[in-house]
Amino acid sequence: MSKNTMQMSTEDRIFHVFNDIFLILCLIVVIVPMMNVVSCAFSDPSNVLNGRVSFLPVGLSVKSFTYVFKNKLILTGYRNSVIYTLLGTLISVIITIIAAYPLSRRELKFKGLFTGLFMFTMLFGGGLIPTYLVVKRLNLVNTMWGVLIPNSLSVYNMIIARTFFASQIPADLYEAAEIDGAGDYTVFFRIALPLAKPILAVLSLFYAVGLWNMYFDAVLYLNSYDQYPLQVILKEIMTNATTQAAMVKATGQIASAETLAMTESLKYSTILCACVPMLAIYPFVQKYFAKGLLIGSLKG
Amino acid sequence: MRAKSRNKGKGKGSHHIGLYTMLILPIVYLILFKYWPIYGVQIAFRDYIPIKGITGSTWVGLKHFRNFFSSYQFSRLLSNTLILGSISMLVGIPCPIILALAINSSRSKRLGKTVQMVTYAPYFMSTVILVSLVMQFLAVRGGLLNNIRAWFGLDALNLMSDPNAFRPIYILSGIWQGTGYGAVIYLASLSAVSPDLYEAARIDGATILQQIRYIDLPSILPEMIMLTIMNCGSIINVGFEKVLLLQNQLNMSTSDVISTYVYRMGIQSAQYSYSSAIGLFNSVVSLALLLFVNWLSSVATETSLF
Repeated sequence: MSKNTMQMSTEDRIFHVFNDIFLILCLIVVIVPMMNVVSCAFSDPSNVLNGRVSFLPVGLSVKSFTYVFKNKLILTGYRNSVIYTLLGTLISVIITIIAAYPLSRRELKFKGLFTGLFMFTMLFGGGLIPTYLVVKRLNLVNTMWGVLIPNSLSVYNMIIARTFFASQIPADLYEAAEIDGAGDYTVFFRIALPLAKPILAVLSLFYAVGLWNMYFDAVLYLNSYDQYPLQVILKEIMTNATTQAAMVKATGQIASAETLAMTESLKYSTILCACVPMLAIYPFVQKYFAKGLLIGSLKG
Repeated sequence: MRAKSRNKGKGKGSHHIGLYTMLILPIVYLILFKYWPIYGVQIAFRDYIPIKGITGSTWVGLKHFRNFFSSYQFSRLLSNTLILGSISMLVGIPCPIILALAINSSRSKRLGKTVQMVTYAPYFMSTVILVSLVMQFLAVRGGLLNNIRAWFGLDALNLMSDPNAFRPIYILSGIWQGTGYGAVIYLASLSAVSPDLYEAARIDGATILQQIRYIDLPSILPEMIMLTIMNCGSIINVGFEKVLLLQNQLNMSTSDVISTYVYRMGIQSAQYSYSSAIGLFNSVVSLALLLFVNWLSSVATETSLF
């Protein structure tokens, strides 16, 4: 390494200096807005409102989190998000796998036709309104199934899983089991599934992240605060507080500096609470995510 | 003999009924939630009345399309959509490539890994959280941007309600969130490049910039083309959720795009047929774009999606 550095031309040395500066700038640009939110959430609410908090907490305080835990909407939202994420991931992974596995088998007749049936939906769809009308017609609106089932299968993920089955599990294994008299379901449960653990992990993570982050489907198909997931509640808190602040400004009445500071800091702490589960699993997840992306980029 | 009869059995397909029964549920799903809506899209050509059902409603042909094309909203919606979509696509393509090249040529492996890990993180944030971050960053009272402006004695800006700021906000926040994620795929193919190539180039006296130009770029060219084709649909399919969340009464003149208009007309005003027509127009244009770019790419570079 040191030998290489010795041989390095001036041009390359300049390149490395600029490259390092660029990479560090990238780090700063990504981290600063996040740090700002964390600092605001842990600062005294009045300092946040008066613009005293920029990069580090000012007047360290966990007051804003007590607002979060007193807020019933946030707590039910959290509960709903957890339920939707767990149940939805289960449904999605099952339907994805039972589509991907048969489509990966050479023995399946009309494989091209079936695959085409799936692929076509990636290119063209009925659009928002016709889909909404179908979900309504099936009486799924205002139930949690309305947000879990209509988008449960991602064809993209199905193709990733199919590619995994086709390329990572040798067909000889299936054949050997079939010679021993195993039926299709035995082969699937005893051979394919145990070997598919990596792809099950990838799919679960893809779906879980999507479900935890779901916003629009919930707004579209749900209609009550008992059912809304955390993302919708967070959005409500963001805009409600905005209008509240605007009203105070317009009327010139100081509603009460404390309420204002409270709503403002509640926003920061709720953002943080909504991020925590994702950021907590992130270090473990990112490896699998990259892996899934790479399987996806293989031509299957 | 035994082998023969087994092959015969396979030929009949009677062996693998299980594979077909396994597919029943996914196919039912596809029919219900993907193909039934495609069948239902015909309400774009009818005056749909829910009680009468789809086929019972009067056929009106292209009435809704004509209404949309001749409405005063049309040119604004189309140009807002295309401007937003094409600028974010054009800046969205090079950013991940530049980041991946910078990480890949970094001297320090640790710095590279850290940058990769940190820049990838925003991808996992939901659109609501991203938009909340943006709103708090730009907040008039206590927002980071205005705090910094205050240090320099500048007045506070309310960018969220400024129509001219909408596009930069949308595009920059998209870069902030998506660049690290986009770089992953390039980094994977860069890491597959044989070290011998760099070695040989160094012996020939190539600088790092020349190595990037003649080794790195050609090795990621297939991915670049593939991702560009896939992104072309996004010229017209802008990030609906993010636009909706960033939208407010004051920035409508730049933030109103086709998909948010469909939502407003269809769900909020229950004009099902009219909004289905607009949605169908959108889907057809996006499909045409994809097919066109795919064809162009297969002719020009012999790389294509299908």
